Amino acid sequence: MNIEAKLGLDVFKVDTEPHIVIKHEICQAKCQIRYCLNICPAELYTLDKQDEVQVNYEGCLECGACLMACEHEALTWQYPRAGYGVQYRFG
Amino acid sequence: MEKVEFVVVGAGLSGLATAMVLAEAGAEVLVVERGDYPGSKNVTGGRLYLGPIRSYLPDLWKDAPLERRVVKERLTMMAPESSITVELSSDRFRRPPYPSYTLLYAVFNRWFADQASERGALVIPGYKVDDLVVKDGRVVGIISSGDEIHANAVVAADGAHSFMAEKAGLRKPHAAKNFAVAIKEVIEFTPQVIEDRFALEDGEGTAQLFFGSLTKGIHGGGFLYTNLESLSLGLVLAIQDLMGKSGLEQNQGPPPVSPHDLFEAFKERSEIRPLIADGHTVEYSAHIIPKGGFRAISRLVTDGMLVVGDAAGFTLNMGVTVRGMDFALASGVLAARALLHAREQADFSSATLSYYKTLLKESFVWQDLKTFQYMPDFMANPRLYERYPSMACDLLEQMLWIGEQPKVKLSATILRTIRQNLLRVDVLRDLIRMRKI
Repeated sequence: MNIEAKLGLDVFKVDTEPHIVIKHEICQAKCQIRYCLNICPAELYTLDKQDEVQVNYEGCLECGACLMACEHEALTWQYPRAGYGVQYRFG
Repeated sequence: MEKVEFVVVGAGLSGLATAMVLAEAGAEVLVVERGDYPGSKNVTGGRLYLGPIRSYLPDLWKDAPLERRVVKERLTMMAPESSITVELSSDRFRRPPYPSYTLLYAVFNRWFADQASERGALVIPGYKVDDLVVKDGRVVGIISSGDEIHANAVVAADGAHSFMAEKAGLRKPHAAKNFAVAIKEVIEFTPQVIEDRFALEDGEGTAQLFFGSLTKGIHGGGFLYTNLESLSLGLVLAIQDLMGKSGLEQNQGPPPVSPHDLFEAFKERSEIRPLIADGHTVEYSAHIIPKGGFRAISRLVTDGMLVVGDAAGFTLNMGVTVRGMDFALASGVLAARALLHAREQADFSSATLSYYKTLLKESFVWQDLKTFQYMPDFMANPRLYERYPSMACDLLEQMLWIGEQPKVKLSATILRTIRQNLLRVDVLRDLIRMRKI
């Protein structure tokens, strides 16, 4: 099963305001390895054509593994606002 | 600005247990939860060991929406193309009081929150705490969307990331080495299919843990729990190892694997494939788990605040057992008792609230974590995930394989395995390390 199909099973209430923001100036200048590309269980981090890391916060499972792995603290990572984000039915 | 006696941040197992005990004693307690309903942001493997905690909240368990009582324990060590499974099936596990149950957290926690409400706790979902209110170094309340709620004491029950404990200066952020990420699928079946596939009787369940090549050398493993009408199948992976920074080896850069890839490969293994065939995956979840054990426990008390459950780092992975929920519940109850003690004295200073630590130290929570404080080091050994499982599987395969060629003596096979795999300095070091666990 691919990751898009898996995320399609979950219930998300998507906020218009992202709860993960990449500080590109730090990310670009300091981070060579970009652990976030690999570590996210929802595979939400990608590289764009300018070689900048982008994140699709909409499918976030709220585990926060990316926050732990971001050594240069280039992420502003908060829980989504109340009423938003993933809603686990089984957990 | 509102004022209540106590605010609990997070309606998980630990926070609700705190609230339940406080409310029962007549205290005014507010539980705020960022999810739409209690459990909507929680994930467990999951199994709850009831043995240690029955006495903490007696009379509660009869109607609890638990899934299956675990009567079979399986441990599977995996080589790339083979595996050995050890199964304990015990009638002792089949007699009440049952030692452990599988459960689904979002299902269980809704019920658990209702129990807290019935006892008088005010549980408010859809309420996210942005910050603590700190006055003269004391935690005196919480802030949400600019609104303050003041309290005599705040309980940080906000889970593994615990931004509350961080904001109170009780822990540092970003300690990747003390955390693992867990991913899980819930796969639906009829109860009959589950009972047939796992040879279970009505209401009985299996808990199975996996370690070895399924994680490709990464510290971690797999789990499979039978629920009433579903299986919980998942992987746990050390974050540092996913970053290529295992505690014992040099940094070799991140391994070219993602959690999702490892999970899909795990599902394709011949040991798993027939167990999940024709099932419908209904949810995919992820969560982090504290894995640092005793020596990674956060500071637990400050003026006006206590830390409980995952937020404090109360989890213990011993390879054959994985615990956290029992610690969460017990620590929640003990925190409530400490708060009631402080309430009697009308003093919520760190000195008085430290009674929580006294209670913890007398309990199984502290004692088990302390007894097994070297377990995280032991479990971080990459040889546990590659060489040793492969060696055991290869040896057994050679003994059991009957091919065209005449077989060599068993003693020769065993000696060769020992020579190739065990007569090494690192093995000696592992044996020495084992004495500490």
